[in-house]
Amino acid sequence: MADIPNLRRGFRFQWEPAQQSHVLLYPEGMVKLNASAGAILAEVDGVQSIQEIIASLESKFPEAGSLSGDVEQFLADAANQHWIEWL
Amino acid sequence: MRCSDASAGPPLWLLAELTYRCPLQCPYCSNPLDYADREQELSTEQWLDVLRQGRAMGAAQLGFSGGEPLVRQDLPELIAGARELGYYTNLITSGLGLTEAKVQAFAEAGLDHIQVSFQASDPELNNAVAGSKKAFEQKLAMARAVKEAGYPMVLNFVIHRHNIHQMSDILTLCESLGADYVELATCQYYGWAFANREGLMPSRGQLETAEATVNHFRDDLRERDHPMKVIFVTPDYYEERPKACMNGWGSLFLTVAPDGTALPCHSARLLPIEFPNVKSMSLEEIWYQSPGFNHYRGDSWMPEPCRSCDEKDKDFGGCRCQAYLLTGDADNADPVCGKSPHHDRILAARTAAEHATAGLDDLVYRNTKNSRVFFRK
Ligand code: SF4
Ligand code: SF4
Repeated sequence: MADIPNLRRGFRFQWEPAQQSHVLLYPEGMVKLNASAGAILAEVDGVQSIQEIIASLESKFPEAGSLSGDVEQFLADAANQHWIEWL
Repeated sequence: MRCSDASAGPPLWLLAELTYRCPLQCPYCSNPLDYADREQELSTEQWLDVLRQGRAMGAAQLGFSGGEPLVRQDLPELIAGARELGYYTNLITSGLGLTEAKVQAFAEAGLDHIQVSFQASDPELNNAVAGSKKAFEQKLAMARAVKEAGYPMVLNFVIHRHNIHQMSDILTLCESLGADYVELATCQYYGWAFANREGLMPSRGQLETAEATVNHFRDDLRERDHPMKVIFVTPDYYEERPKACMNGWGSLFLTVAPDGTALPCHSARLLPIEFPNVKSMSLEEIWYQSPGFNHYRGDSWMPEPCRSCDEKDKDFGGCRCQAYLLTGDADNADPVCGKSPHHDRILAARTAAEHATAGLDDLVYRNTKNSRVFFRK
């Protein structure tokens, strides 16, 4: 499996103050993301590999323990929904 | 008297209907029948101000539509302004008036997505419905240009009895053009489509065949792990419960019409309710305080059978425009509902669709001449 995730063209990730959450915007649609989905997608920049993303999140949230399972699961779902692609 | 509702959330979607001008004449157009009487349009500065206010309130999705938004010469400026504010900007166009240069220029201004509407999968039917001889070729060329420039692309087809047999051809065409999303939107009967309902509404048999074809195509896409998404909006006239129209009145959507009238949905203008104008009121006041926007919020306005119905949180009593058009009173339950005492009007429309014989020539096309007839009434 290729291991650098990137948002597909047409998808935009941003913080919305009015909703107090991160959202994913795409043609005529919007998903409001929960805190962990927001934290993961914030790391997806087309440069960091999935291992680097996991390491970065584990250092930001040391109390959360190992995050590899959650991150892998979420990114697999996101790829299934065609939000992201693997570079 | 209905007073302000502080519990309403912010408008997350803003639809800017920039103009009612359009080179096409679709007989199902959702613009008001008397649009020819409403030629005044907001200025560039007024639109930018609306966009700023909407964004400050929390709107994140922005649609530029019309009419045909491309006839506005200031479109690149509006796109750039919207993008800078942080909107996700959607351009909803017929493709007429678009050029490769504009597709590029809009991308540079920050446009996120372009939706191109088609009338059919072949030039003959497409051009007959659109009322334009060159429409189809132009749409194909522009769909290709949109993809070439790297945009995500939605192709939209309004479905009615004269093109509903084309589902398979339509989807094949969309796939070959590289569409990311396909919207097969069965006619909703407001505006021009209501005037033409008998000539547009498919029969139940036609609808069932179409649904089966679409589902089959979807399965095939899934098997191939193909990212094209197909959205099929089925006609509520064949349902026993109404749709939760606009996700609830004044809950997410805010439309601003070309002359600045603010509406909870783009067809609400036909209701006998006074709606505020952005020229004389702030968007904030319009959304949270104006009687027009508070009119159908919550459920205290509901008469029976909705009032005591345990499904009212699900569908909010359906669509106010449909209730008004079919029963003469916008407070009534949407007659699509099997519990509505006016449900027989929907049944009658279904029966009429079984026996309809009207051809394309019998439809009333959306143009200024026909519009003037409506506004003289
Ligand atoms: S529905 Fe047809 S006539 Fe109406 S605005 Fe769209 S393209 Fe123009
Ligand atoms: S009676 Fe009213 S609230 Fe109940 S299902 Fe019908 S339309 Fe919806």
